[in-house]
Amino acid sequence: MSPDLLLRIGSATLDTLYMVAIAGLIGSLIGLPIGIFLATSGKGELFPAPTTNRIVGLIVNAARSTPFIILVVAIIPFTRLITGTSIGTKAAIVPLTIATIPFVARLVEAAIREIDKGLIEAARAMGATPMQIVFKVLLAEARPALTLALTMTIVSLIGYSAMVGAVGGGGLGDLGIRYGYQRFMPDVMLVVVIVLIVLVQLVQSAGDGLARHFDRRSRKN
Amino acid sequence: MSVSAYTAPAPGDAAVIFDGVSKHFAASGKSGAFTALDTVSLSVGRGSITGIIGRSGAGKSTLIRLVNGLEKPTGGTVLVDGVDVGALDEAGLRELRRSVGMIFQHFNLLSSRTVFGNVALPLEIAGMDKQAIEKRVRPLLDLVGLADKHGRYPAELSGGQKQRIGIARALATEPKLLLSDEATSALDPETTQSILELLKRINADLGLTVLLITHEMEVVKAVTSDVAVIDHGRIVERGHTFDVFTHPRHETTRAMLSGLPGSKLPDAVSRGLKPQADDGDRAVVRLTFFGAAAERPLISQLIKSVGAEVNIIAGTIDEIGGRPYGSLVVAYGADAETAGRAERFFTENGLVTEVLGYVA
Repeated sequence: MSPDLLLRIGSATLDTLYMVAIAGLIGSLIGLPIGIFLATSGKGELFPAPTTNRIVGLIVNAARSTPFIILVVAIIPFTRLITGTSIGTKAAIVPLTIATIPFVARLVEAAIREIDKGLIEAARAMGATPMQIVFKVLLAEARPALTLALTMTIVSLIGYSAMVGAVGGGGLGDLGIRYGYQRFMPDVMLVVVIVLIVLVQLVQSAGDGLARHFDRRSRKN
Repeated sequence: MSVSAYTAPAPGDAAVIFDGVSKHFAASGKSGAFTALDTVSLSVGRGSITGIIGRSGAGKSTLIRLVNGLEKPTGGTVLVDGVDVGALDEAGLRELRRSVGMIFQHFNLLSSRTVFGNVALPLEIAGMDKQAIEKRVRPLLDLVGLADKHGRYPAELSGGQKQRIGIARALATEPKLLLSDEATSALDPETTQSILELLKRINADLGLTVLLITHEMEVVKAVTSDVAVIDHGRIVERGHTFDVFTHPRHETTRAMLSGLPGSKLPDAVSRGLKPQADDGDRAVVRLTFFGAAAERPLISQLIKSVGAEVNIIAGTIDEIGGRPYGSLVVAYGADAETAGRAERFFTENGLVTEVLGYVA
């Protein structure tokens, strides 16, 4: 493989990391509060708003059931509005972020719903405000699960980011399609796949390790 | 000997007053409408350890949650130190809850916080600064005997230790009232005793009123000064614990007491028990004695005055609130003559009797 190609692989990896990092960060920042809302706004819960809860739930479901590749195409006008273009790495961040939000929201909701209701009752009995319960009890107790949720989000994002290559986004997916597939260079394809596998492995192990570190529920710690 | 008449604490001496309190749950989803509490009136004396005992589903969990506003009554009023809980808004409720501690069956400790962090939580919630928290938490950990565990996580502790942390946490805001929701039900008998001892000590040393709910008569016997028996959302019996144990009036109370060791009849006897006597049957009678009667050689006197064979079937000598009492189940001839002599003996000696049935 030529040095030129190796350089391309290196820069494509950086592009992928860039897309995943930005989309993961913004998507999580927006998805987290939505997930908290979904988990706490049912009837008789901390911030009861059952109607809004149902509406938000519907929107989240709709966004999650839209195939990613269709989402990418469907929001091209929006992407153009924000980034001024619909092609390239920067443009790819927009659909990646939009897809991340409902994904994170559902994972966060599940993580928070896992928490024993007795802890919420205990905090209420101490005179905690609903906000104090969210920050001091729910988020603190859900930390291991939230870490795993974030890990899963990043792993999925790596996969999605390879898909945006098909519609002119940059990164490893783009490289794989253009060189590996269209120019029929199986060695490039192989390297792209290996780099993706290594990335996912690294993220998963780091996430698992961090989650274990946060988890105080077993005697092993 | 007569039962000392039970007088409810005067309103000024009551830490908690339930006045005609009802709680109905409307039908929702799978569960139909039902009444958890039906016009319950009860007062909890300041400085007392009051127990509310009932089977599961009797309404005791709902009752205790009305005190700190975790549940709202659908009728009647709940007064805590003269404050109508039902009339408080959310901010008022939070204020109240900071002056009422609560401990739980499953401890409800945060797994992500150390022992120290768990006890500090209510103080953080109250907005206390770090140094003041540090000063408050240390002596509490000493009080419950777990000062050496302050950096441990709940998962590293035993059930009894977890409940001690729960107690320290409940005491952190220096409440005047402690609510105990089946606090020993998940613990083994030995640990239960040590937790109950701790509650007793706190009650005596800090002058804290304790309101506890339980389904175990053992718990009521071991620590409470007053008890109320709840069944199907109604208070069916209430009084000083000693009186309720020695003179149970209601069926539910009797049934719950019969589970205590020493009160339980051997299976062989209880299986053969009949409500009516046939010729040649023997009467099975429970005698309860206390005070001076506990110190007399009752059995030998009984055998002499009945003039017939007396079998001892079950028995126990115990103490409630420092007062000794005995309970003895005996059997003797059910014929009119023997029974008459026995009854005279019981009346003369001030024994409380209850005919449980007859055996062949």
